[in-house]
Amino acid sequence: MALDSKIPQGPLADKWTKHKNTIDLVNPANKRLIDVIVVGTGLAGGSAAATLAELGYNVKAFCFQDSPRRAHSIAAQGGINAAKNYQGDGDSTYRLFYDTVKGGDYRSREANVYRLAEVSANIIDQCVAQGVPFAREYGGLLDNRSFGGVLVSRTFYAAGQTGQQLLLGAYSAMNRQIGRGKIKMYNRHEMLDVVKVDGKARGIITRNLITGEIERHSAHAVVLGTGGYGNVFFLSTNAMGSNVTAAWKAHKRGAYFANPCYTQIHPTCIPVSGDHQSKLTLMSESLRNDGRIWVPKHKKDVEAIRAKSLRPTEIAEEDRDYYLERRYPAFGNLVPRDVASRAAKERCDAGYGVNATGEAVYLDFASAIQRYGKEQAYIKGMDVNDAALVKKLGQEVVKTKYGNLFQMYYKIVDEDPYETPMMIYPAVHYTMGGVWVDYNLMTTVPGLYCIGEANFSDHGANRLGASALMQGLADGYFVLPYTIGDYLSDDIRTGPISTDTKEFEEAEKSVKEKLDFFINNKGKHSVDYFHKRLGKIMWNKVGMSRNVKGLTEAISEIKALREQFWKEVSVPGTNEELNEELAKAGRVADFLELGELFAKDALVREESCGGHFREDSVELEGEQKGEALRNDEDFAYVAAWEYKGEPSDAVLHKEELEFKDIELKQRSYK
Amino acid sequence: MNLTLKIWRQKNANDKGKMVDYKISDVSPDMSFLEMLDVLNEQLINSGDEPVAFDHDCREGICGMCSLYINGEAHGPDRGVTTCQLHMRMFKDGDTIYIEPFRAKAFPVIKDLVVDRSAFDRIQHAGGFISVNTSGNTIDANAIPVNKQDADTAFEAATCIGCGACVASCKNSSAMLFVGAKVSQFALLPQGQVEATDRVLNMVKQMDEEGFGNCTNTGACEVECPKGISLENIARMNREYLKASFKG
Repeated sequence: MALDSKIPQGPLADKWTKHKNTIDLVNPANKRLIDVIVVGTGLAGGSAAATLAELGYNVKAFCFQDSPRRAHSIAAQGGINAAKNYQGDGDSTYRLFYDTVKGGDYRSREANVYRLAEVSANIIDQCVAQGVPFAREYGGLLDNRSFGGVLVSRTFYAAGQTGQQLLLGAYSAMNRQIGRGKIKMYNRHEMLDVVKVDGKARGIITRNLITGEIERHSAHAVVLGTGGYGNVFFLSTNAMGSNVTAAWKAHKRGAYFANPCYTQIHPTCIPVSGDHQSKLTLMSESLRNDGRIWVPKHKKDVEAIRAKSLRPTEIAEEDRDYYLERRYPAFGNLVPRDVASRAAKERCDAGYGVNATGEAVYLDFASAIQRYGKEQAYIKGMDVNDAALVKKLGQEVVKTKYGNLFQMYYKIVDEDPYETPMMIYPAVHYTMGGVWVDYNLMTTVPGLYCIGEANFSDHGANRLGASALMQGLADGYFVLPYTIGDYLSDDIRTGPISTDTKEFEEAEKSVKEKLDFFINNKGKHSVDYFHKRLGKIMWNKVGMSRNVKGLTEAISEIKALREQFWKEVSVPGTNEELNEELAKAGRVADFLELGELFAKDALVREESCGGHFREDSVELEGEQKGEALRNDEDFAYVAAWEYKGEPSDAVLHKEELEFKDIELKQRSYK
Repeated sequence: MNLTLKIWRQKNANDKGKMVDYKISDVSPDMSFLEMLDVLNEQLINSGDEPVAFDHDCREGICGMCSLYINGEAHGPDRGVTTCQLHMRMFKDGDTIYIEPFRAKAFPVIKDLVVDRSAFDRIQHAGGFISVNTSGNTIDANAIPVNKQDADTAFEAATCIGCGACVASCKNSSAMLFVGAKVSQFALLPQGQVEATDRVLNMVKQMDEEGFGNCTNTGACEVECPKGISLENIARMNREYLKASFKG
């Protein structure tokens, strides 16, 4: 099947308006006759469910957590971008569009990104109207902060809990519709298959995670807002339950999976402390507004630090290597995430890591505390030369900005970041790849839509900070509710979809067979045993730095691990009860397939772009020596994979990316 | 370190349930409490036993999914943390740790340490929102300035994660801190004024119907709240309720 991105004709800035004006609508009376399933209740799924219900559709929403409010969008910390230009610093729709395309290393779809930038300002209006308590200035107006990879302040925030506040906003919009009976909410339900009837997505199969009951649910369209697949690495900043299963089942039913190798390794996470580690904790990128990243300049200091005979605060200014400021003077500590992560890895690989495992760098707030402290002392008419006073005042400012993050760090590491620099290291955070969708956010399966992190469309090969929240809400509040009407307008006479058909029966049967297999297998290893081994392969060979040898090995190792999994996995208990191991088994089975396709995608893409860094594709000379080298001539395309059985049989389809409004350039942050 | 765990095991909602002893060794002080339970479960699975069911998801203290009543305290002995952020350095070698589910009439046990907190959702359905359409056709976000102090206080109330520690800690199983936090968030913002009367009346009515008890000002909820939600929110809700009752 040829890929049709359905990008509207006309000038970039007019595409979305024109498209909205020309697509079909469903009249309010007919919306009552149409059912829509939304899987996932994060920013994308939650906002879509609320808006679709408000428009009049009958919505069934599903989440595996015990409440829609717990979806992992809740953990997003730093902020949400919007081209409001409240700061008057030269921001505009075009500039947000430009920064996002450049930040994504020219591997995203221009028209989608422009639309995202266009609706961004509306998101802030919407959320404020919902009562989202964004940070404000003393004059009562909204405050902004700056994020990586841009030169303006366009990030709106609510301390370090922006995701929480936005998700609770979407959750409250859902609650209003649940209270009116327009959304039927299914908590603790996991989607285990998509059901297609006559080629169209017409329902899903779910498992009730408390009773184990397998249920059939039908609708005229199915929307997946099921998040990213970072947990294929086992250790990531994702929640424990975050999984690829919904997206992967869709893939197996005909939805192409795009750019699986584009993964964001976030530069500022708390380093791994031991083998018992179950997840990694992010320290928001917003910290890089005020924190300076460094390692010691001299190996002898590194050794002393590791031996705990020297404290970082005792190292003199001139003996520190602020390597981001050194390498990228224009952007300094605010380079994009992929660049910052690789730079940390480079220093640690060279032997300058500052913890016992040699995998940590410092994020230091001492100079910010000084700067803010002096400012406050000046404002309050106090003595700016009183060091203790300045420090105290400065710490207070830092506390109001990042208090919850500092507390989180203190509880995990048992060191006070107000007094000593934080230790951080990159960790898997976000996946730019995902289910392929057209301009209408529809997958290659008619009637099956995919929104938020679960799709591939807006971030190219690297996502800029504070753009995930923007995309999730843009898709859910402002894009999908329009575009889905165009498809559903053909369904006003269809009537309710029966679940009593052979398609539902077959899908249910295959789901049940797989669950029975896990229970009856009685192998010798737990699910986590396999998940951890998969994670090790992914991190070591498909992680921050990739090469042909490693990727080839990863492909065969993952395949072998998958075969072993199906022979030796052990799942205790029964089907008919709350059984977390059983749920995990199904998720890890899908990760074991995705992981191989991921490595294969990384092998095929013989260039470095964004989060995908190939050691055989770097600049060899000049000012940019050692930096990632893109190959626009051969790889300016979206790799959309079609399922054909084994991941090794997957067929590659290319969507060529055209850049009419932006000139493709070397992404320089120097 | 080596520990003895006494854990509540209950097959399902109808089972009577009982405390069961487990030994666990080589626990690192850097482990989180839930990572320690992961190790126990791995042991149980490898020896053919049923792992202990407990709720958890984000493991960074924000989703509100994890619970546990540890040594008689919701989220354990540390302050300002959820169970997933509680670290084993809070315990000593040789300790015996009691692990029970959050207990309240309105939070029935589903299995082992997992409870049903959907009563919280139903209270939110009753009024935890501002009735604004999600069409995006609202006024500009900066059209109404909000006093910074009110905005910050509203934000503090809004940081409630809905974990239920307040209910579990309260001798009356009251949900007033949880409901008060939501009512306060909207009561402090201009956007929330329009529906203020209905909101507080409806939410309190639903809270009572769910079987939560009343507040007798012991303040245990505030002490155990992992997010430091203040008792002032209960006072503010009471004022809002009184105001609404006169109007109503």
